[in-house]
Amino acid sequence: MKYAFWPGCVSKGACPELYTSMVRTSAALGIELVELYDGNCTGAGVISEHSMETADALNARNFALAQRLGLPLINICSTCQGVQSMAQQRLKKNAKLAAEINQTLSDEGLYYDAQKGLEVKNFLWVLVEDFGLDRLKSMIKRPLHGISAGPFYGCYILRPESILGFDEFPERDTYLEQVIEAVGCKLITYEGQDKCCGFPILTINKKNSLTMAANHLSEAQKEGADFLVTPCPLCHLNLDAQQPDAAKYATVDGLQVPILHLPQLIGLALGIDPKELRVDRHVVSTNKVLSKLTATPVHA
Amino acid sequence: MEVKLKVLRYDPESGKEPEYRRYTVDMPESATVLDSLIEVREFHDGTLSLRCSCRSAICGSCAMRINGRARLACKTQVSSVAEDGEEIVVEPAGNMPTIKDLVVDMAPFWDKIRAVKPWLQPSGPPPEREYLAPPQAMIELAEVMNCIMCGACVSDCTVLEVDKSFLAPAALAKAWRFVHDPRDGNTAARLRELSEPSGIWDCTRCNFCVQVCPKDVKPMDQIMKLRAEATAIGITNNAGSRHTFAFTSTVKEGGRLNEFQMLPRTHGLLNIAANLAELPGGIRMIRAGKMPSPFTHKIPGAAHVKRIFKRFEHAKV
Ligand code: SF4
Ligand code: SF4
Ligand code: FES
Repeated sequence: MKYAFWPGCVSKGACPELYTSMVRTSAALGIELVELYDGNCTGAGVISEHSMETADALNARNFALAQRLGLPLINICSTCQGVQSMAQQRLKKNAKLAAEINQTLSDEGLYYDAQKGLEVKNFLWVLVEDFGLDRLKSMIKRPLHGISAGPFYGCYILRPESILGFDEFPERDTYLEQVIEAVGCKLITYEGQDKCCGFPILTINKKNSLTMAANHLSEAQKEGADFLVTPCPLCHLNLDAQQPDAAKYATVDGLQVPILHLPQLIGLALGIDPKELRVDRHVVSTNKVLSKLTATPVHA
Repeated sequence: MEVKLKVLRYDPESGKEPEYRRYTVDMPESATVLDSLIEVREFHDGTLSLRCSCRSAICGSCAMRINGRARLACKTQVSSVAEDGEEIVVEPAGNMPTIKDLVVDMAPFWDKIRAVKPWLQPSGPPPEREYLAPPQAMIELAEVMNCIMCGACVSDCTVLEVDKSFLAPAALAKAWRFVHDPRDGNTAARLRELSEPSGIWDCTRCNFCVQVCPKDVKPMDQIMKLRAEATAIGITNNAGSRHTFAFTSTVKEGGRLNEFQMLPRTHGLLNIAANLAELPGGIRMIRAGKMPSPFTHKIPGAAHVKRIFKRFEHAKV
């Protein structure tokens, strides 16, 4: 299995542990990643607020880089997934836009064939649809029994369904639950798991942003989650890095919910050393989870 | 076909807590959730309150939560939400106070619609005959003009859940309908008001409103158009548009986002108080090894990215 790998800006910035754990875990799974070192920011839905055409052109550039490699694209960010899916749809519909963009891209020898399109999949989708959870289960060296985990999806990997391939894959809104159970954790569900983490308005309306994070984290803690797992580094930033500030809006005392990136969770189940997965690089300590882990020995 | 319903019943005047009640009714295969609820009310439990009128997804009165998501009960076929005869959970629309059972108080909804002044405000002397609008302009507004004021989007809006002052999707979509109408003469003032707190910049872009709207109004997309329009005419003295500019300019410079520069650029470099307030968060992140580099990392093709901006930033294709 081989993919053109779009790491996103955040795994190269504020969440380096996501990048490291993705590379390590993919290697263990036998997924080959060809990184798009020259890829550019997808715009995260922000640049499109300023200029939709620019955002579409930026995404077309990444798609063209992947198409040149002849590989499907894998991303590790719910926001990237949503933005890329939406851009693909617009480029497919608007031939004039695609042509003008291609004219600009041709200066660096790039071309995006919008009609042919490109498979763009988050690591979560790849795990379930391409890799297969049975195969994953067969590779597990450290089943995470006795640990309770809750999902946190991120908006853009769930909505709107019409552009996210739910026609073909109607269960995409249950994949995190399936993965959590596949690695042996006890599944915790709670109301806020498919809602917004609040990150997009963190610098605009901090109180609303933190209240959102606090509500979801409080619910998850009440339900007994030892940690949450997310395929979105932006959700990770709001739920983890902002958690100490969010605590003042929490509806439970002593808010303390570690947030794992999806590749970290898979890596732990594969028996990879937690240090290699950089689970120490979080604001909310993962020690509680790790101590439960050491109780589960790694099978050779 | 046997239809199983689990309906949230609540009568605030009774002093009793809300509770779910279960009903099973026999319905034809083609039945909607609304048909089934009416069957309950007519033949099983006359105390059930619900609101409906047209039964054909036009009047907008039957929005409620069905299996946790806001939908029009008359547009939702039982077979689409309970393929194998599962129980269907029916609750009142969210984010609005319940009057009784499935009937919510829409007063806050209408207050916000009124707040965006949903009427034309032409400027200049009136024309001799009617105000004319080119067809293309109206085609661009077709999406928003489909709104039937059902409140489904408001029910599931994630910001409204934590902040009742937010203008919310329906009213903001309505605002775009007038901002973009070529006959309106009050565009700048409208956009200035909409850029205030509780307006367009408070939306988290969660896409719930787009997902649940039964008329494909795509309220969030309209909010994004309002943001673009407001900044384009220079209404930029707010954290929201500074955030967009900060984000955009770091990508323009290096090809990728530079998170380190986001905060000072959003608050404004000189807004020392706001920047200092972020310090504890910053220190936490440094300790955890999560602080992004302050320097712009340039991708090899950064010059090409710049070229893309130059070509498309102000283009409409
Ligand atoms: S996209 Fe914005 S307006 Fe729509 S539901 Fe989410 S927060 Fe509310
Ligand atoms: S935008 Fe859609 S969901 Fe919202 S009130 Fe109008 S029709 Fe209903
Ligand atoms: S009854 Fe009129 S929209 Fe459903």
